[in-house]
Amino acid sequence: MSETILKEEERIAYALRSLYRQYGYLPYKMSKFEAYDLYVANKDFLVGDGVITFNDTDGKLLALKPDVTLSIIKNSSDENGKQKVYYHENVYRISGETKQFKEIPQVGLECIGEIGVYEVFETLLLAAKSLEKISPEFVLDVSHLGILSATLEEFACDSAFQREVMPLLAEKNLHEAAALCDKYSVDGQNKEKLLTIIRAYGNINETLSVLAPLCTSERAKESFEELKMLCALLNGSGYGDKIRLDFSVVNDMKYYNGIVFKGFVDGICEGVLSGGQYNKLMTRMHRKSGAIGFAVYLDLLQGFKKQKPAYDVDVLVLYDEQTDMETLSKQVLSITESGKSVNVRKAADKVRYDKLLDLRKGGANV
Amino acid sequence: MINIALPKGRLGEKVYATFEKAGYDCPSIKENNRKLIFENPEKGVRYFWVKPSDVSIYVERGAADIGVCGKDILTEYSPDVYELLDLKTGVCSMAVAAKKGFHDDGETTLKVATKFVRCAKAFYAKKGRDIDVIKLNGSIELAPILGLSDVIVDIVETGTTLKENDLEVVEKVFPISARLIANKSSFKFKTKEIEKLAEEVKKLID
Repeated sequence: MSETILKEEERIAYALRSLYRQYGYLPYKMSKFEAYDLYVANKDFLVGDGVITFNDTDGKLLALKPDVTLSIIKNSSDENGKQKVYYHENVYRISGETKQFKEIPQVGLECIGEIGVYEVFETLLLAAKSLEKISPEFVLDVSHLGILSATLEEFACDSAFQREVMPLLAEKNLHEAAALCDKYSVDGQNKEKLLTIIRAYGNINETLSVLAPLCTSERAKESFEELKMLCALLNGSGYGDKIRLDFSVVNDMKYYNGIVFKGFVDGICEGVLSGGQYNKLMTRMHRKSGAIGFAVYLDLLQGFKKQKPAYDVDVLVLYDEQTDMETLSKQVLSITESGKSVNVRKAADKVRYDKLLDLRKGGANV
Repeated sequence: MINIALPKGRLGEKVYATFEKAGYDCPSIKENNRKLIFENPEKGVRYFWVKPSDVSIYVERGAADIGVCGKDILTEYSPDVYELLDLKTGVCSMAVAAKKGFHDDGETTLKVATKFVRCAKAFYAKKGRDIDVIKLNGSIELAPILGLSDVIVDIVETGTTLKENDLEVVEKVFPISARLIANKSSFKFKTKEIEKLAEEVKKLID
């Protein structure tokens, strides 16, 4: 298919699908509708926006699919062994301040089954490769919720503290995190630990060395070792300089448990890729296995990098009643056969063209 | 080049003065003309003035890399941005105010007039108090005087307007000051520039 015909987001979608195929992921197709109950039970898993609902002919409440992951889990089974699937679907949400209905094209993958270091690495690698397909100027922010939850456990604060501190982590909000620690009488050492975690951002080797002394408990150490090994593997595959450790990536701890990540591309104002390991969601949905996956938000790529062409058609052919039809059809054939696009009409109107072939009044003026 | 959205008005001018002192000056901003964008390529900054409540939108959508915005706006709209610094200027508070001597007996639905609907809802939801929110766009103080509402939730700076209209603060909701915010994506690709600017500004306010 011609590169010029494909929109940027379409070109990327095809490139991503072939990338996931290459790593053994199989396509997954699903219906546009789903019973609303599925989303009510896991409301917070859906990021922020509302769900568009309607009644079916039996009066059952359905939803236009706002998310793909939940449906994939619902249709998965612990007995099938490891399932690696990718999808290219539209999801529907009620979005933002203006409460508009929004159609969001997504490409993503899920790996369901036993999740070990290799599976996490492969997912991170595919996330990095996906971003690279969009633009060479990308950053993949990686965080480990295991380190975060183990650290917060040491604070011995009630759940209200955890609830309040998470948005501050997401905002890199040092001043309010410090104030919150004072409010909950967190001791000086732990407070400094939290602030260091918020401050830690950047190159993996530097950030790992900042984190190492903070991971003192058994659980934190275990998560740290996993993170370290993943970083080494990513370094080895040539993506080390594109990965940043960043604890402001805080997906909901009710669903996610280990590595979580978010991808950014220079020139696009929000994260275009988001994912993580969501064993806890699997448990909530009565599955024994673990799972990890991510999605790329193709709607954000609309118009990205695309040079707008100066004209709509290569050749504009004008004709009138006096034009010989045979000449006209031959001319059009020769233009299209030379690989150029053509628009035949009686008046130029507002068509933007490169060349004009005027066959009006029986003539042939280029 | 860092794009900086500043809130029009006194607060923005004050913040610009701090940025200027921190080494991010842009002399053209002081010229009295109708230009909207001011640039100093030498210092790598481009400033523009926008309506204070729009700063977070410019930053969230990436039209500005960083911006200065009141905590009231950040709490009301929860934009997806980083909050890098408390600039400790434009200090005031979100407060509940009512006519002097007002007593909330809790028997009826409390009528609350405000510009900050989400802040008001969240504040009373925490208390479990049933309220009827009346969204107004200005002259909030008028509402309890005319009996449109029982109380108002609004920004209180010195309290002079309240006093002159026989109103008083009943409760503080949260403190407000100007914050330095950053677009999440810009922060990834201009990390050093943004961190340096925040650091230089922080030195001046601490």
